[in-house]
Amino acid sequence: MELNVNDFMRWIELTNETIQQQKNYLTSLDQPIGDGDHGINMARGLQEVMNKLQTNEYQEPSEVLKNVSMTLLSKVGGASGPLYGTAFLKMSMAIKGLNSVSMEDFTKGLQVALDGIKQRGKSNAGEKTLIDVWSPVVEHFSNQDVTSDRLMETAKRAMEETTNTIATKGRAAYFKEKSLGHIDPGSASSFYMFEALAKVLKEKE
Amino acid sequence: MKKIINDPNQVVQDMIDGLIMANPATLKQVPETFVVAREDAPVQGKVALVSGGGSGHEPAHAGYIGKGVLDAAVCGEVFTSPTPDQVLEAIRAVDGGAGVFLVIKNYTGDVLNFEMAQELAEAEGIKVSHVIVNDDVAVEDSSFTTGRRGIAGTVFVHKIAGAKAEAGGSLEEVQAVAEKVVANVRSMGMALTPCIVPAAGTPSFELEEDEMEIGMGIHGEPGINRGSITSADEIAIALTDKILADYDFSGEVAVLVNGLGATPAMELYILNKKIHQILEEQGINVYKTFVGEYMTSLEMAGCSVSLLKVDDELKELLDAASEAPAFRI
Repeated sequence: MELNVNDFMRWIELTNETIQQQKNYLTSLDQPIGDGDHGINMARGLQEVMNKLQTNEYQEPSEVLKNVSMTLLSKVGGASGPLYGTAFLKMSMAIKGLNSVSMEDFTKGLQVALDGIKQRGKSNAGEKTLIDVWSPVVEHFSNQDVTSDRLMETAKRAMEETTNTIATKGRAAYFKEKSLGHIDPGSASSFYMFEALAKVLKEKE
Repeated sequence: MKKIINDPNQVVQDMIDGLIMANPATLKQVPETFVVAREDAPVQGKVALVSGGGSGHEPAHAGYIGKGVLDAAVCGEVFTSPTPDQVLEAIRAVDGGAGVFLVIKNYTGDVLNFEMAQELAEAEGIKVSHVIVNDDVAVEDSSFTTGRRGIAGTVFVHKIAGAKAEAGGSLEEVQAVAEKVVANVRSMGMALTPCIVPAAGTPSFELEEDEMEIGMGIHGEPGINRGSITSADEIAIALTDKILADYDFSGEVAVLVNGLGATPAMELYILNKKIHQILEEQGINVYKTFVGEYMTSLEMAGCSVSLLKVDDELKELLDAASEAPAFRI
């Protein structure tokens, strides 16, 4: 399977749809262990991304991702803006020059995106951050033939498992043990991104 | 929600406009940004200081712009870090060729956005360095976690690093003295009531009528303990003891008693009296005291106490002239 400009556009479009629908839910996840603005910030950022994408024409997927990155960086704020901005920027650089992206190349893109998030956030898996979803998803892409169902399942399980970890990075870290029992909001928004990606794959399967 | 605002989504812009109208000779807004800068920026040959963070902490940070303190402040949305492009605009606007120094409070969002802006500016050939302020002793200090928050002690970093830059210090010298302040300042706060972020419309936490929280952060982050309200003297003891237990302050200190927005000056002076008594009992000499609103949390009631251990160098820089509206000396 190969992904072209339209597939990447569709990925972002579906991500935006879900984030807008789940805006209040994301904020409600952020209220008990954060500062209660994750849904508001992500919804604002992705709406801007859509406005940008709809008014421009793109020759190759990396241009779409670069635009997503720059818009998220300047419109989301908080920690999510630079983290997602870095992820999409790294991914964009990894697939630069390709009109059609093979699953192998896309996997490389996801891997450097994850590395970028870790480096930017000075964080690793198990600290109750979005890395807890990105890590298993990247591993899933690297290890086996990806199907939409398995991708969805991997991302969902990873998000749910953040309920069982104590935050040591991000604002939730101030809550220490009290961060147990809550889903990490950044993991939830990352799940929605991969859920949208799974839908794109499903449409092509 | 009862606030003197027009549109919750316009509060930052409206505030910046009003602030500049109050200080037209000394402040300007960098066009199409939420960056406020010294009217005469960029000052050629001087290291420029940029601070900033979420809005809602006024007079932090734009109130500290002026000769002798900051060159620019980046105003984020309420309680939300400004984005890298905004910080980059501030860096560009104030760079006078000697480099730009960023004062960052230790919150994940602030650190990520400011560091990213630093990388972007460096890619443009601007010399940039930074310090991360983490003075809040209510949070456990650990290199494995996010670590301590930056609160009102940041004001001392602005003032002293700003004085060093104004005196012609190099970027390396400004950074060295800023790090010295960070190493020698500790703070802790407490809250009596929550505050409401205008766009949210409801408080992010609740405190009962007779409750207070010791150690609460300036965005309502959790503190050390929540309990029944006690006397001013007991509050002063709780805050000051924890600060004194964290660092050896023997010698001389500057004291900053900060109101969080809804606490009257009267109560801050009552606290200050007890803080001075405690320091005297410990044989610690008070060099200078600042009482007022320096880093607020919207309409939260409560306070914070900051102590800075001073030597001759820090005293001289603390006493240097400042034209910043919120810290005139």
